[in-house]
Amino acid sequence: MSENILEVKNLRAYYKVLKGEVKAVDDLTFNVRKGEILGVAGESGCGKSTLANTLISRKPPLHYISGEVRLLGKDIMHMPSEQFRKMRFRNISLIPQYALDAFSPTRRIKQFISDLVRDHGIKADQKFMAKVVDRLRLVNLDESVLDRYSIELSGGMKQRIILTISTILDPEFLIADEITSALDVSSQRYVATMLANFRDEGIIGSAMFITHDLSILYQIADKILIMYAGNLVEIGPTDEIIKNPRHPYTRALIASLPQVGIQYKDHRLEGIEGTPPALLNIGEGCRFRFRCPYMSAKCEGSPALENVSLDHQVSCWYWKEVESDVSA
Amino acid sequence: MSVPSSNDSILSVRGLTKVFYSGVFRRQATVAVKDVWFEMKPGTILSLIGESGSGKTTIGKLILKLIQPTSGQIIYKGTDIAHLKNKEQLRDYYRKVQGVFQDPFATFNPLYRVDRIFNMVYSSFGLDQGKKDEQVREVLESVNLDPDRTLGKFPHQLSGGQLQRLLIARTLLMDVDILIADELISMLDASTRIGILNLLVDICKSRGMSILFITHDLNLGYYISDYTLIMYKGRLVEKGDTKKIYENPVHPYTKMLFESVPDIHRKWDRSEEFLPEHVVQEVREFYAANEGRGFEDVEEEHTVLFSDR
Amino acid sequence: MIASFLKEHENLYYALTNKKVIVGLVLFLSIVLLALVGPMLTPYDYEGYAGMPYDPPSPNHWFGTTIMGRDVFTLTVYGLRSTLLVGFIAGTIATVVGCIIGFLAGYYGGSWFDEILMMITNIFVVIPQLALLIIISAFLKVRGIIVMSVIVSATAWPWTARAVRSQTLSLKNQEYVSLSRISALSVARILREDIASNMFSYVFMVFILQFNGTMLSTVQLEFLGLGPTRGVSLGLVMQDAVNWNAIQLGMWWWAIIPGLIITVMITSLYLVNTGLDAAFNPRLREA
Repeated sequence: MSENILEVKNLRAYYKVLKGEVKAVDDLTFNVRKGEILGVAGESGCGKSTLANTLISRKPPLHYISGEVRLLGKDIMHMPSEQFRKMRFRNISLIPQYALDAFSPTRRIKQFISDLVRDHGIKADQKFMAKVVDRLRLVNLDESVLDRYSIELSGGMKQRIILTISTILDPEFLIADEITSALDVSSQRYVATMLANFRDEGIIGSAMFITHDLSILYQIADKILIMYAGNLVEIGPTDEIIKNPRHPYTRALIASLPQVGIQYKDHRLEGIEGTPPALLNIGEGCRFRFRCPYMSAKCEGSPALENVSLDHQVSCWYWKEVESDVSA
Repeated sequence: MSVPSSNDSILSVRGLTKVFYSGVFRRQATVAVKDVWFEMKPGTILSLIGESGSGKTTIGKLILKLIQPTSGQIIYKGTDIAHLKNKEQLRDYYRKVQGVFQDPFATFNPLYRVDRIFNMVYSSFGLDQGKKDEQVREVLESVNLDPDRTLGKFPHQLSGGQLQRLLIARTLLMDVDILIADELISMLDASTRIGILNLLVDICKSRGMSILFITHDLNLGYYISDYTLIMYKGRLVEKGDTKKIYENPVHPYTKMLFESVPDIHRKWDRSEEFLPEHVVQEVREFYAANEGRGFEDVEEEHTVLFSDR
Repeated sequence: MIASFLKEHENLYYALTNKKVIVGLVLFLSIVLLALVGPMLTPYDYEGYAGMPYDPPSPNHWFGTTIMGRDVFTLTVYGLRSTLLVGFIAGTIATVVGCIIGFLAGYYGGSWFDEILMMITNIFVVIPQLALLIIISAFLKVRGIIVMSVIVSATAWPWTARAVRSQTLSLKNQEYVSLSRISALSVARILREDIASNMFSYVFMVFILQFNGTMLSTVQLEFLGLGPTRGVSLGLVMQDAVNWNAIQLGMWWWAIIPGLIITVMITSLYLVNTGLDAAFNPRLREA
């Protein structure tokens, strides 16, 4: 049993706004083992990006409320910011959601890179740039790309550069937030595969891959965590989650994915009626209940996280019923 | 051409080309769409598949007359739409040909309530104002929206899915023949998408409306369409019956699309080296090996671009 | 109740509670108040002999007196009126003309119509503003407030036109404009409802900057002696002070106080503008 790179217990982080509190990350508990790629999936507004920000850069109005987060054994929520800054980029690195927009159109890639790493206290000297060139080769980019301007490069190439730089110091933990979403299909495959390759080569220890696209997670994630409206509804090994989900939301989500080979005339897919609840000052209870076919009065109370098996947890009062319905 | 003949087509696109000029003195030319030919039959769904820079959105805009072609023709019910110049002619065209765009939040003017999109239709197309309230309620219900919870609201108070349904409802007020759906679900969540897709299919079948479904998502295209068009760098590289293309893709770009799309029933082969750059090379070699062939039928209702000369 | 109203209209809330906006507005309104009410507070006439010359600020003469015994406070408040008025009228003309030309050029962007409008605009941009103003002013024997405003706005509008044009161009490509087009809306209606309305906050800020700019131009002209031929204006007061070597003679109050008031006024408007920018653009707001 390899050690846990990241341990999260009952994490809560809310946005404090004029009208009250937006409970964007509410009571999350999960671990990421060394060498594991955890996929965090969910639809817009579910809190997955907020989770990434909570772990790395909490800025008002986002506030840490309660819970424990241990990175490499250290408590990072209560760590003084100076100390955490040293961990950033070296031990834990984040590729934010709109990283592609960070490229300045008037600076060459080389300058962009040196600007970026300077913020983390690294000097882009010859030795460093040699390492950059080496790593760029891993993602099939030639040294000449350093002299180009960002507008000359495609989205896929820019994302490869970002992936390279964000992992240049071999961080133990990488958080990748929607790094494939804005890319073409071929680049998506390449970048996602690269992430897994980096883990295989030991360039990164473990990763948290945040996306709304379950199909991509099926390809490269070891474990999948499903978020809904700020809550963790299910977490487990990839194959289990995709082939045999226990939470009604996960089930409905997977059932709504179109696949090559199925036309509407053969089999009509069903979506999920309704919309996620507003998280402003939201009360107790299962947040999925108004859209759930299993809803009952019991769902007014927030469900506990229960074990389906050693590695598979679900947060639903009726997961056993779901299980028997599926196999029926 | 193996696709339906022009006799029973509601829209014919012939040799459509669009070049954008930019820069000082308009010297720089970008070929967005080159020599595209296809037909749309009434009551069918055509998916136009392509990635960024393929020209698919440009084709949608050309059909909606938001931009003008450089050469080629778009023929709607026997008339070249380039000849529709004055206000009345344009109005009549828009009575029959409409569009829904990608970003629902960008499609609504944020300063006005959502009712405005319906009011515009009533005032522009001379519909009966007296029946407006009743008819609007009716179309909202047919797209599964509760009129009391959506009318009178501002766009930011509703969700993307609700806004897209409002836009679809708007087209139902008119007796539209052709709907250009430009990536209309790409900004929606997976669970909302299917609802909208099913809605489009239902409308198509019940009203005989033809839909040009523009998307980059192969799986969605397969689910919903009767015919498929594959665009690559402004050229139409493969077209025909959806099932036939999916079962037997010929063009290297089409093949690459199929291999790259993530699917929950099939894992990528991670042992093979996959590089996006390879496609450019493969396509070039393909064209070189088939020089002079141009567009050719591979089977009935399945045409491939074998060379670009 | 006010609190809940403000919670609903977030933009307004941020606009009114932004520190820069508050400070700026307070300063600016104080000066406007001074211009409105000042003349009623002073017993003196700005032209006549008011008291001992060379007098520094005192309870009798709040801003002191000039070398000829005129009360500086009186001169200032009357001059303020004239300067503010010219600035306001000129700012309005410049904004309106600039907006109309900018909208039309932007909406028909890329066409020959746009090219012609831009050619005209560029011609005006290239002409050195001060030189043009000096020449025109010098040729006119009599210059009233309206004439001054027109002259000043003539060189101020091109900036607005270009800015509005580029905003229009970007707004034109918004998808809601496409929707209006396929709904067969007329060009006028699209400009009015889709483009102009979304530019309101932008135009408002443009107006503030124009007001500032035209006022400065006005003061410049007045300082050079090319202000309104009748009456008094701030620039004229300062010009007088310089001509009479006020600073060298130790009469700092004569030269500096009117200038200080202009500076405060212009700065306060810039503050309001910057503050509003943050209010309208959520990403610039302080935490």
